[in-house]
Amino acid sequence: MIDLSTLTIRKAHEDMGAGTYSAVQLTQTYLDEIAKKNTDINAYLEVFADAIEQAKEADKRFKDGTATVLTGIPFAIKDNILIQGRVASSASKILENYHATYDATVISKLKKEGAVFIGRTNMDEFALGGSTEKSAYGVTKNPHDTTRVPGGTSGGSAAAVAGLMSLVALGSDTGGSVRQPSAFCGVVGLKPTYGGVSRYGLMAATSSFDQIGPIAKTVTEAEIIFNAIKGQDIKDGTTISESTYSPRRIGKKPVIGVPKSFLSQGGISKDILDNFTESVEKLKKLGYEVKDIELPNAARALPVYYIINFAEVSSNLSRFDGMRFGFHKSGKDGIEDYFLSRGIGFGKEARRRILLGTYVLSSGYYDAYYNRANAARRLITQDFLKAFENVDIILTPTTPTPAFKIGEKLSDPVSMYLEDIFTVTANLTGLPAMSIPSGFSGKLPLGIQMTARHGDEKTLFEAGKEFLGE
Amino acid sequence: MITLKEIENLANLARIKLDDSEKEGITKDVDSILAYVDQIKEATVNMDYTPVPGAVHNAFRGDNVITTSPESREAILNEAPDREGDFVAVKKIIAQD
Repeated sequence: MIDLSTLTIRKAHEDMGAGTYSAVQLTQTYLDEIAKKNTDINAYLEVFADAIEQAKEADKRFKDGTATVLTGIPFAIKDNILIQGRVASSASKILENYHATYDATVISKLKKEGAVFIGRTNMDEFALGGSTEKSAYGVTKNPHDTTRVPGGTSGGSAAAVAGLMSLVALGSDTGGSVRQPSAFCGVVGLKPTYGGVSRYGLMAATSSFDQIGPIAKTVTEAEIIFNAIKGQDIKDGTTISESTYSPRRIGKKPVIGVPKSFLSQGGISKDILDNFTESVEKLKKLGYEVKDIELPNAARALPVYYIINFAEVSSNLSRFDGMRFGFHKSGKDGIEDYFLSRGIGFGKEARRRILLGTYVLSSGYYDAYYNRANAARRLITQDFLKAFENVDIILTPTTPTPAFKIGEKLSDPVSMYLEDIFTVTANLTGLPAMSIPSGFSGKLPLGIQMTARHGDEKTLFEAGKEFLGE
Repeated sequence: MITLKEIENLANLARIKLDDSEKEGITKDVDSILAYVDQIKEATVNMDYTPVPGAVHNAFRGDNVITTSPESREAILNEAPDREGDFVAVKKIIAQD
């Protein structure tokens, strides 16, 4: 029996190396868990029929001595990341039968390591949402309480790891989509620096925000995966090199900044605030200096985020035309083919955001919304860069509430958007941020979020590991 | 307040068919979302576009022709809802008089 609840990448690697169990046995153990739980949780949209075949290849590498630390490690992959020849649907009806024609760069990198892809995970359609309720293929449930959402949009990936249905997972983060579900499910989720990880083969939601990031039970594992998938890529012009940023730390031990006035804006649940205070105390006991900082423009982050999101989403989703790939509904002429294919193929949230994006980009409103939002984005970024003159990490809760009930926020889109208050700033600024488990409210996990300077994931890993006692 | 007519116009621009039954709901949702993001209008911002660090990096690459393999071309064409030989087939766009 493999104890999945305490299993880590390193432990699995050592065990497979020592022959305690094989990669096939490890994968089979996860497949058995999926068979037991996935009907209820709905973390996976598809479990790959060849997972065992992939694990056999990994076992060969343990035999011939070419195994690396990720060889044979089971990964759950979010449904918006392309794996050649497999369906990648972004949980949308418009891509129901779409087969990826190439590998995403992150996938090529993991294939070289001999990782095992167990299946593709559920998400909010095209990464638009915050609860994994907006999938065309049903809701994913939180493994800690199945009446509640797992968060989103990478809810399937976070639920797969938390529900012990995969050792680790990849998600994508546009406004908190790796970190918020990680907090709701009690696991670690990292949104790397913008450009840190190639997005070649990731379906674009908001191109100026999107990043692929790891989800795992421990910070150490998130670090191992990040190191395996990061790096400059000729196929993604936004990727950065090791020397793009040279983050300088102030303290020998990272100095932590807490934006007190940003946290006193209201709308944050008492359990979250209490847990946050305890987490700050814990860090102080561990010897961290904690300072008060100001982020005067952060209070406006949400409207700024959403205006830019709508604009870029409506542009990115224009490629789905029912002509070149994906769902096609035939009308009386070519133009009606567009209207029907897009009208039927896109779900409600996608259509709503396309309309909003079309609105904020239309000539009469472009300056009032889109240009203004970009100018405000600049101010928010400057606030953070200024704060980093005095601190090395900015600490906030990851979410304003614990996981909410399924259906609770569906009728009020704005209340769903408010869930992203603490996470969107990392996407607006391009800064790296990580959610780590910080305790519970009843049986619901809570998370705190650490944000660092551009290119300084190292500091996040160092402090995160110490916080979790790794 | 956004009107039903404006929503119809946006849907037309975005090439999305909306069912009559859902138009009212979408109008209401879009209206509440716009009311929320309207906060941006209160923000005192200097319309300054000088890039800040972390925002944008220019990436140059050679303008080289890379030939797609026949297998890749085939895989891509096979994803099209309709194809004729090596072409993606679509309905005739220009009407005949």
